[in-house]
Amino acid sequence: MASEIQLTDVTKRYGRRKPAVDNFSMTIPAGEIVVFVGPSGCGKTTTMRMINRLIEPTSGTITIGGEDTSTLDPDKLRRTIGYAIQQAGLFPHMTVAQNIGVVPGLLGWDRKKIADRVEEMLDTVGLDAAEFHDRFPRQLSGGQQQRVGVARALAADPPVLLMDEPFGAVDPITRGNLQDELMRLQGELRKTIVFVTHDFDEAVKLGDRIAVLGEQSKILQYDTPDVILANPADDTVAGFVGAGASLKQLTLRRVRDVELVQPEVIVSTQDEPDEIRRRLTDAGRSYALMLDARRRPVAWVHVREPRVRRPIRDMVAAESTVQDALEAILTEGGNAVVTGARGEFKGLVEIDTVMAVIRDLRETV
Amino acid sequence: MTSTAVATERGATEREETKKASSLRMFAQPIVVVVLVVGVLVWAFTRDLDAIEKQSINAPVLLDAVWDHLVISFVVTALVLIIAVPLGIVLTRQWARASAPVFLAIATIGQASPAIGILVLFFLVSGWEGLWAAALPITFYTLLPVLRNTMVGLQQVDPALVDAGRGIGMSAFAVLRRIEIPLAVPLILAGLRTALVHAVGVATMAVFVNGGGLGLLIDTGYKLSRITVLITGSVLAVALALLVDWLGTVAEQYLGPKGIR
Ligand SMILES: Nc1ncnc2c1ncn2[C@@H]1O[C@H](COP(=O)(O)OP(=O)(O)OP(=O)(O)O)[C@@H](O)[C@H]1O
Ligand SMILES: [Mg+2]
Repeated sequence: MASEIQLTDVTKRYGRRKPAVDNFSMTIPAGEIVVFVGPSGCGKTTTMRMINRLIEPTSGTITIGGEDTSTLDPDKLRRTIGYAIQQAGLFPHMTVAQNIGVVPGLLGWDRKKIADRVEEMLDTVGLDAAEFHDRFPRQLSGGQQQRVGVARALAADPPVLLMDEPFGAVDPITRGNLQDELMRLQGELRKTIVFVTHDFDEAVKLGDRIAVLGEQSKILQYDTPDVILANPADDTVAGFVGAGASLKQLTLRRVRDVELVQPEVIVSTQDEPDEIRRRLTDAGRSYALMLDARRRPVAWVHVREPRVRRPIRDMVAAESTVQDALEAILTEGGNAVVTGARGEFKGLVEIDTVMAVIRDLRETV
Repeated sequence: MTSTAVATERGATEREETKKASSLRMFAQPIVVVVLVVGVLVWAFTRDLDAIEKQSINAPVLLDAVWDHLVISFVVTALVLIIAVPLGIVLTRQWARASAPVFLAIATIGQASPAIGILVLFFLVSGWEGLWAAALPITFYTLLPVLRNTMVGLQQVDPALVDAGRGIGMSAFAVLRRIEIPLAVPLILAGLRTALVHAVGVATMAVFVNGGGLGLLIDTGYKLSRITVLITGSVLAVALALLVDWLGTVAEQYLGPKGIR
């Protein structure tokens, strides 16, 4: 379920100053992620908040699914629009479950239905319900708080989701994971999402379309990431895209779209070191990948020291970008380990595969 | 080791110490109250009392005085809550913010002027006597801590939380009731405790407007030079103030919102 959002000639003026948002028109297609990027103070937040009427436009019209929002009760309107912000904005005196259950409660769902939905949402955002249900927000890490924030925004299954720098305050690795998670969720849910960020790489990774905004929310370019990376509309946009545009395009390709290779020697945590050495020698390889009983990658083992398990520091998921895989390759050396939804081993991305993707991108541009 | 490391370490030990001090107080304060009350009563009742002293130092009179004192304090507390908390809420709303300084100034005058002055002035103006003649001016006198703490408590709520609340579809009133007020409760309670302790203290002056209370014993003891009566009244008043302060602390511990304790 998703709705198209249409903004027509929307202007917001604070007092007598020049407008913060000037004559903004845009169609946000149903079921897509549209990312607003632009310099600080350019009006991204103001534009976004006019969609759920946290800010009332000075003039212009906004429709969601064809319905003029100005004709609706603002509180009721907002219950049908998910809202996630930086630092998550969780209510510190409510448990995780209570936070997630707020909107269903406002919509008058019965207790049982809310409780079921809370469990389901915790599961959806990858948090163990039994463990996190009764925790208070201050007992969560920043990344976990963001997950709960997203769960709260999605709890009433709104067709539209507004996200204002939701991952702005977490460390880069956690941010990467949260982005992957959001991509996975969106793959299932197909919401109409408006996502605000400062970070162009994040925009390229998440956006079906990117709107590069300038002063007073002027639309400098509104297009798919490929097109913006390949043909920036002007110098300002080109500045935003920054150097290494073709490398950035690596964030447009997913690991699941490239060829995975299987390592020649896979061993298990139960195997004896001698056995491992023999198999490696027979195969003429130096490294074996070690999996645990549930086929989750544990370590690399070298033929000369089969007892020493060298931990895998950086793994990627099928939803991760080829850019992520490249980073993992650079960290690990040689190749990146790819895991599936339950952490099970899928295959390896090799540096040659990444090089091939880059060559391919260069040719199509 | 860097100086910041030393500073944080010291901060941590200090916090530990205040924690210890407060748990000691939670435990010791009621004992002090019991010791004071039992001590002064045993001392007063086992002394050779003359006829005048006996008129004051007897169970019915003491109970009456304590009861009146408690009633005044209770009425004051109720009035303070009914007036200061809603007023504090209104004064922190966007549309009323401009008038906040006026009310704060009035409440500050209330607290800064001598309590006895307000009491007598009110008596002269109204001509009332008894409970209400005492409770109303004392309420005015003790309004400020609760008013100010309610306002500060509401103002210190992170605006992002209010924004999040409105953003997910809570009405302004729901945000106030479910987010702002619960998060302000610790400060409101702290203000109320201060107000209550003030009220119990000032209630000793209710005697001047025929409001009864432990002030009666103090006044009698002083005027008739009966030191036993004076001491009994004073010590009981002190014990009552300590008890109320302790109850306030307990309330703060258990009524504050869980997630932020
Ligand atoms: N309540 C307000 N009153 C007056 N001016 C405001 C208000 N809110 C925002 N502005 C102004 O409107 C402009 C756009 O602000 P907005 O918050 O939309 O920018 P932004 O693109 O989200 O910036 P950032 O990336 O820093 O979050 C800024 O110049 C800001 O100063
Ligand atoms: Mg912003």
